[in-house]
Amino acid sequence: MDDLPHDGTPLASLPVGGRGVILAVRAGDAVGQRLLDLGLVPGTPVEVLRRAPLGDPSVYELRGTQLCLRRSEAERVRVRRAP
Amino acid sequence: MSEVAADPALRLGLVGSPNSGKTTLFNALTGLRAKVGNYAGVTVERREGSVDLDGRRAVVIDLPGTYSLNVIGPDEAVVTRVLSGAVADVPPPDAIVFVADACSLDRSLLLVAQVLRLGLPACLVVTMMDELTARGGSLDVAHLERCLGIPVLGVVGHRGVGLDPLRRLLGHPEGWSRPAILPPDDAAERAGWAASVLESVLHVRPGRSATTDAIDRVVLHPVYGTLLFAVMMVLFFQLIFAWAQPAMDFLDDSMGALAEGLAAILPAGIVTELLTEGVIGGVGSVLVFLPQILLLFGLLYLLDDLGYMARAAFVIDRVMGRIGLEGRCFVSLLSSYACAVPGIMATRTIPSPRNRLATILVAPLMTCSARLPVYALLIGAFVPEKRVFGPLGLQGLVLLALYLLGAFTALAVAAILKKTLLRGEGLPFFMELPPYRVPTFRLWISQVWQSARAFLRRAGTIILLVSILLWASLHFPRIEATPDATPEAAAQLALEGSLAGRVGHALEPFIAPLGFDWKIGVGLVASLAAREVIVSTLAQVYAATDESLSLREAIRADRDPATGRAIFTPATVASLLVFFVYALQCTSTLAVMRRETNSWRWPAFAFTYLLALAYGASFVTYRVVGWLAPV
Repeated sequence: MDDLPHDGTPLASLPVGGRGVILAVRAGDAVGQRLLDLGLVPGTPVEVLRRAPLGDPSVYELRGTQLCLRRSEAERVRVRRAP
Repeated sequence: MSEVAADPALRLGLVGSPNSGKTTLFNALTGLRAKVGNYAGVTVERREGSVDLDGRRAVVIDLPGTYSLNVIGPDEAVVTRVLSGAVADVPPPDAIVFVADACSLDRSLLLVAQVLRLGLPACLVVTMMDELTARGGSLDVAHLERCLGIPVLGVVGHRGVGLDPLRRLLGHPEGWSRPAILPPDDAAERAGWAASVLESVLHVRPGRSATTDAIDRVVLHPVYGTLLFAVMMVLFFQLIFAWAQPAMDFLDDSMGALAEGLAAILPAGIVTELLTEGVIGGVGSVLVFLPQILLLFGLLYLLDDLGYMARAAFVIDRVMGRIGLEGRCFVSLLSSYACAVPGIMATRTIPSPRNRLATILVAPLMTCSARLPVYALLIGAFVPEKRVFGPLGLQGLVLLALYLLGAFTALAVAAILKKTLLRGEGLPFFMELPPYRVPTFRLWISQVWQSARAFLRRAGTIILLVSILLWASLHFPRIEATPDATPEAAAQLALEGSLAGRVGHALEPFIAPLGFDWKIGVGLVASLAAREVIVSTLAQVYAATDESLSLREAIRADRDPATGRAIFTPATVASLLVFFVYALQCTSTLAVMRRETNSWRWPAFAFTYLLALAYGASFVTYRVVGWLAPV
């Protein structure tokens, strides 16, 4: 699962208010496994709710919860942007 | 069912993710009878409470909140190890009670799937059913029960709704249905399984909480959010630094009055002195922390239950992330400016064990209020009162420099620890922002109470013992002065002949390179009880009649009898100030570290590294200042 599809956008580059559907997560290590366990699996809809005043981390809405991730973790997730 | 009482207690393990309402449910079931401790070897809190369930005695184990059973590191492993019976002194639970928030069932079902695969009897308690309704959602509990194959019950934990049926259910896990087919093991398949279950049981998905959205628009606003954060942090600081003071003074006065009262009644002698000075003084040195602890935890748990602490961590995370920590560490470090004892206790709200440990280890570097009397004495006596720039005086600048030296060193040490000893176990940073919730008084009071009780029982006993021992070392062996000596001279003589006085003398060769003589040595020994004690000890050593004016004059005038040179040269003063910035001269802090990390290893490490840092920095300061300002 280490190769990410080139067509996706990194979750970290979605603007605030942007929505998308998760395409892939760079797994293979503990961090990736945990992101999958948190429900960031392909097919999950996700929305960027807001960023912290200093630009990082950001709050994402997915699976009925608001999850706060740093840029470094959000870079591992590729999404297909929804219009 | 009279023979049931003879059964060994039923053991029920509460499993759920953080913010699932697990703690509320645990408190609703067990009340204030919970026992709080630690799991051996890890900094994870262990909470158990015994309850009567439908006439059957049961022990409810509140397992640490978790998002996954694929554990990373020993701290997270506690949940799986307890469930599998691998923890030596914790028998495995007979059944699992899974707690899930009705509004985030989507995510919770992922963990339910993992738990079901363990094969233990399990039931699912869906909390916050009222919030689901308020957000327009609708859940078919009976159908969820059929889909999962285990008993499912909806409750509103903080209002007690559904608790009676829950107690009846929990009392008889033998009768619980088991799932016919286990959920899949693979993360993606598991998510598919959860989605299909949810599809059929959730008639209407809950919308996003409008209230939470509205509040967050202000609380997380780039400008207002930052302002609010600053206000809240000032509030925390004020609370421990200033507002706890009247209560601390009152306790101090009460203990003093009690000691005086007892001394008046009891016959004069060594036993009375031990009781009035040693024991009552020791009890006082434990109780004096209570106002700060109660106030800090009162506010901390209130804001945490409300949902604000996660937001505060979100706002400041970037800054703390730079040094390898996380937003949640901020409040602890800030509180440590007042006192490291409540500061270290506040690290309990830091989810990552490594970040928690790093915060605990650097907290003593924050300039606590006990250092202020020491700084005030030395700065007042030796730093000239002159204006430097506008209203800024030289004395104030030196004080500011000492604060900054401590803070910057703390950040540097934290960064180094996180790169070396406490290198991450590859845990990603993630944090849930829970919806805002009105905290219940019952839960709040029980959390604050449990913290205070844990402090008194685990750290208080150590502080009491050490205080009495230190008191004894300052008073024994006893040297009686001649009857015509002044009280000050008698006290001076008694101190010099005491064990602490002798240790101070013995220390002289080791502290001479820092510019300290034996009198400072005695002060350093005594200050192990609490840093500010060095002031009263020096007053005793110099036979000063009062601690401010005459002590300042006495240390300024002190000369080496052999050479006639001043004892407190600029180099010695600077060196002593730097020593107090770094050294962990506080047994209460060590006792709390022991309590929070559940071993003597980390307090020993902190004491050693801070002593080495203090010694090295003081040595360098003594040389450099001595060279810049030769006497």
